[in-house]
Amino acid sequence: MADPIPLTVEFTGGLEMLFSDQRKHKISIPGQDEDGSASNVAYLIHWLCDNLMKDPRKEMFVLDDSVRPGVLVLINDSDWELEGEANYELQPNDNVVFVSTLHGG
Amino acid sequence: MPPHQCEICKITRAQVLRPKNGQRICSACFIALFESEVAVTITSTNLFQPGERVAIGASGGKDSTVLASVLKTLNDRHGWNLDLVLLSVDEGIQGYRDHSLEAVKRNSADLDLPLKIVSYEELYGWSMDQVVAQVGKKGNCTYCGVFRRQALDRGAAMLNVGHVVTGHNADDVAETVLMNLLRGDLPRLSRATSIITSTPSAAPPKDDGAVSFTNVKRSKPLMYAYEKEIVLYAHHKKLDYFSTECIYSPEAFRGSARTLIKNLERIRPESILDVVRSGVDMAKLVPGADGKCKGACGDSKAAGSTNAAEEEAEGGCGSSNTNSGGDSMVEMEKKLQQDERTEANGPETEVTLPANPKETVSIGVRHSHEAYSSLPPDDGIYGQNHEKNGASKATAVPIRTKQEKKSGRKPTRDAAAPKQRLGQCERCGYLSSQSVCKACVLLEGLNKARPRTGVEVGGGG
Repeated sequence: MADPIPLTVEFTGGLEMLFSDQRKHKISIPGQDEDGSASNVAYLIHWLCDNLMKDPRKEMFVLDDSVRPGVLVLINDSDWELEGEANYELQPNDNVVFVSTLHGG
Repeated sequence: MPPHQCEICKITRAQVLRPKNGQRICSACFIALFESEVAVTITSTNLFQPGERVAIGASGGKDSTVLASVLKTLNDRHGWNLDLVLLSVDEGIQGYRDHSLEAVKRNSADLDLPLKIVSYEELYGWSMDQVVAQVGKKGNCTYCGVFRRQALDRGAAMLNVGHVVTGHNADDVAETVLMNLLRGDLPRLSRATSIITSTPSAAPPKDDGAVSFTNVKRSKPLMYAYEKEIVLYAHHKKLDYFSTECIYSPEAFRGSARTLIKNLERIRPESILDVVRSGVDMAKLVPGADGKCKGACGDSKAAGSTNAAEEEAEGGCGSSNTNSGGDSMVEMEKKLQQDERTEANGPETEVTLPANPKETVSIGVRHSHEAYSSLPPDDGIYGQNHEKNGASKATAVPIRTKQEKKSGRKPTRDAAAPKQRLGQCERCGYLSSQSVCKACVLLEGLNKARPRTGVEVGGGG
C-alpha cells in the first residue's frame, strides 16, 4: 500500500464557492486508486468531488468524468496539458490549482 | 513526462500551452507575448489617438482587470500618453457588486489609475436591489442591461471621456459570431466582429469640446485574446480580481453557446480564433456592412455605424458589459433576444445609412423585419437572458418574453413596427429610435408602481 500523498489544492475564479468558500486546501489523498494504480489527477478530481466538495452542484466542476471545459488546471503553476493532463501522477506536496474561466465579475 | 522547455527563451520550464498555436512557453515569456499581442491589436487598428482620454469599463472581474493592467503597462511602456481612468457601474446589488467594487478600488490603487463609480441609484433613482424588490427576480436583468449601457456612457461623459474600452475577449466574440450566424443576423455579425462599435451622435458635438453621453466610442482591445490566456495572465501576474455570479442570475453561464465554445476549445483550441476571424471575414461580405473598415480605419462615423450603441448592451446581465467575458454567455443570450428586437426594428439599420442606402441591406433587413414584425417597437424589454437560459422555468415573467417571442414569429404584417429613426429620447436625450428611450420606459413603469410614501421598518418594528 503506497503512502498517502500530501497535496495543496486551490480553487479560484469562482470555484471556491463550491468548496466551502475556501480557496486553499491542504489535503492528503491515498497513494493508489481502487485499482492499485498510482494516484493521478483524474483520481484527485474524483476524490475532491467525493470528499471535499460540499456543494451539490458537481456539474460546475466536473462534466463527463473530467473537469468541465472552461476550468483550467495548473499543476505546480504549469498548465496540466503540459504535464499529461488527467494522467499526471501526483507527487507529494504538489500544488494543483483549479481556475474557472466561466464566472463573471 | 519530462518537463518541456520554454520555446522562446529556451531556459525556463514551459508553463503555458498557448491555445492559438500550441506553443509551450514559460510564464515570463507568456506575459511579454500577451502584452505585445494586445499592443499589436491596438496599433494595427489605430484604436487610440495619442493623448486620448480612455475610460476602462471595470467590473472587478478577470477581463477588465487584465485589460486595465495591460493598458496601463503598454501605455507606460510605449509612451502612448493615454489618459486612462477606470469607470465602474454600481448596479446596487448588495452582496455582489459591493464586493467586486472593492476589487476595482484595489485595482485603482495598484495601478494608480483614477476611478469613477456611477450608480444606478444616482442616475435613475433605483438600485437593482430596489428594482428586484419591485419586479421580482425574473426579468430584472432587462432593467440592469438597459440601465448599464447608458450608465457607462453617462459616466464617460461626466469624466469628459469619449472612449470606453471593455474587456470582451475572443471567446465572447466567437460566441457572438456563432449565435449571429445561426440566426442569420448579418448586421449584428458585422458589429460583433468590429473592434470599435461607435455610438453615433445624433447631436452635434458641443462647441466647448465637452463629451456628450450620446457620443461615446466603444472598443474591445482584447477581442483577439483567449479567455484562457486572460485568466492565465491574471494568474501569473498575480492580479487581484473578483469572480462570482450575480446573485440575481446565478449560473447564467451554463448556456449552450458558451458550452459549445468551450467544448470546441477542448477539441481544438485554435477553433476560437478561427471562428473570430471567420466572423470578421464574413462581416466584410455583408452588403453595405460597416464591418469593413469601421474598426480598422478608426473612422467610425464615415460608415453608418447603426445604432450599435443602443442595441449592443441592453438586455444585459450583471456585469457583462462593464467587464467581461465571464458572463458573456449571458450577454449572448441577451443578444439573442435583442436580435429579435433588432429585426423588429429593422428599418433602423436602413435609415442610419443615409449616405449609401444600399438596397440589398434594406431588402434583407426588411425581410426579416416582416417575419418578426409583430413585435411592438419598444420592446427592448427583451433582454431576458437568464429567463431564457433556463427556459424551462421561465414562466410568469413580468416582461413576457415567451409570449412575445411566440407572437413575434408570426408573420403578421399589419402589425408592422413603424419606421424608426435614430434620434434622441425626448425625456433624457439618450440615443433612441423611439421617442422615449427604453430606460425611460422602464423607469416610468417602475416609478408608477413605487409607493408614494416609503414604508420603512423601524429598528424596533
